[in-house]
Amino acid sequence: MDRNSPPVAAKGRFTLLDYLLFGIVIAFVFYAVYRVNDVLVYQWNWERVLGFLVKYDEESQSWVSNLLLQGLATTLRLAIWATLFATLVGVVMGYWRTCQNLTLRIIARCYVELIRNMPPVVFIFIFYFFVSSQIFPAMGIDSIDTQGEFAQSEVFYFLFGNPALFSNFLAGMICLALFEGAYITEIVRAGIQSTPTGQWEAARAIGLSHFNALRDVVIPQAIRKILPPLAGQFITLIKDSAIISLISIQELTFIATEVAASTTRVFETWILVGLMYFGLCYSFAVLFAYLEKRAKRSDR
Amino acid sequence: MPDVNSDLMTPISTTPLVEISGLCKWYGKFSALFDINLNVSRGEKVVVCGPSGSGKSTMIRCINQLEEHQAGRILVDGKEVKPGMKNIEDVRRDIGMVFQSFNLFPHMTVVDNLTIGPIRNKGISKSDATETAMHFLERVHISEQATKYPPQLSGGQQQRVAIARALCLKPKIMLFDEPTSALDPETIAGVLDVMIELADGGMTMICVTHEMGFARKVADRVVFMDHGEIVEIADPKSFFNNPQTDRSQLFLSQLLGH
Repeated sequence: MDRNSPPVAAKGRFTLLDYLLFGIVIAFVFYAVYRVNDVLVYQWNWERVLGFLVKYDEESQSWVSNLLLQGLATTLRLAIWATLFATLVGVVMGYWRTCQNLTLRIIARCYVELIRNMPPVVFIFIFYFFVSSQIFPAMGIDSIDTQGEFAQSEVFYFLFGNPALFSNFLAGMICLALFEGAYITEIVRAGIQSTPTGQWEAARAIGLSHFNALRDVVIPQAIRKILPPLAGQFITLIKDSAIISLISIQELTFIATEVAASTTRVFETWILVGLMYFGLCYSFAVLFAYLEKRAKRSDR
Repeated sequence: MPDVNSDLMTPISTTPLVEISGLCKWYGKFSALFDINLNVSRGEKVVVCGPSGSGKSTMIRCINQLEEHQAGRILVDGKEVKPGMKNIEDVRRDIGMVFQSFNLFPHMTVVDNLTIGPIRNKGISKSDATETAMHFLERVHISEQATKYPPQLSGGQQQRVAIARALCLKPKIMLFDEPTSALDPETIAGVLDVMIELADGGMTMICVTHEMGFARKVADRVVFMDHGEIVEIADPKSFFNNPQTDRSQLFLSQLLGH
């Protein structure tokens, strides 16, 4: 035995069994495709659907994005704004869940339980038909000047999309943020509570105030623990944003419904849209995995 | 120790640094502490021992209000310490505490662990705080580890860092809550050496510990607790050689006899 050459682990290499299993899976896929082609008389026509992704604009003599890509952009805008708001709500409520004050604890608990025990669709209908049709007009958000200089600027379009649909966008975004915020609240609470009591005690023993103990000792440790579940929640939020199509926000799923109806290419449309969601969510998953790895490396 | 007071049972110092009288504490219906009376003079070293669950830790944790008592009075340097008081932070800054499980902040370097308290509480500049921190790290013989993170250190090293962290606030008294109980045998000596040096430097100390060698060497008085009460207070020599109560005799025979 040579002390400097340990035996190599067999993990991660293909064995005979792996090849066998692969073969069976591939054979099954081929069989399924063969049978479907045989039975299903369906003329695939991707061209019309792909035309809704990008189209050739005769006027400007160039390729421009069409409805589906615009829907994807709206979905992305919606997701990013909703994530910011949901994080804000989640951090505040998550802190309230753990704080000394009973009233704040009750408020946060009610919020979380109310939302977690209701189907998202029901919550969104309640919120949309009550809040956005009653409270928004009362707050004057409906009467925002959509012809104003800022509303017509490139920056506004980049941030919020079409100014004419702004109040609609806002309602959808807040719906989504409040909904996901409840889950982020629980992640934040778990993060704060996962910090051992000894850390609190040590912080208090060296004379740090409650606020300083939280800021310098508890939260930095909590953040490291909650980043992976938070990243997962962000991806869930992108997927959940499809529900917002029910209140006519023109995001990817809403547009896809229209495209499928007008082209009657139902399979093609939804397969394409499914791939678009997959691409979006998977690239975020890869990005977060990379960030997590980097954070670990710089840890120590 | 040569500088031990001649009259150990009644320390002569004019105002005790810590005065505990009639201290009681319950967890629900369980009486954790009952009618604790103890005065600790300036410069005095008190070792608290007793079986587990006897209330030793609870008692010293009441002194800096990590535990809140329900009856009795605690005075630290003449000021009363009581539950729900404002400015409890001011009192805590005068009381250094060392825990059984170190409780260092794992996300900060050793030196940051030491400076965070002075910077946040006393408004001391970072460079001054770092200078003080390095001074105390040298005193606990660990200055070469200043830029490492606590999880990279051995248990004994971590505990010495924890002692230095407490010292950085220039406390009037140091509380030790079983500082060597979580350590590997070979690292205990280093921690005890630091505590002995600290004692020789004149620090007032209350140590909950089962290190009887340390108690013999350093303690002015040994406090024996059982079932939340102080059963016996004596100088170490007479406590170890001639314990007065059945309970302390039993405890010592179990501790030393094996």
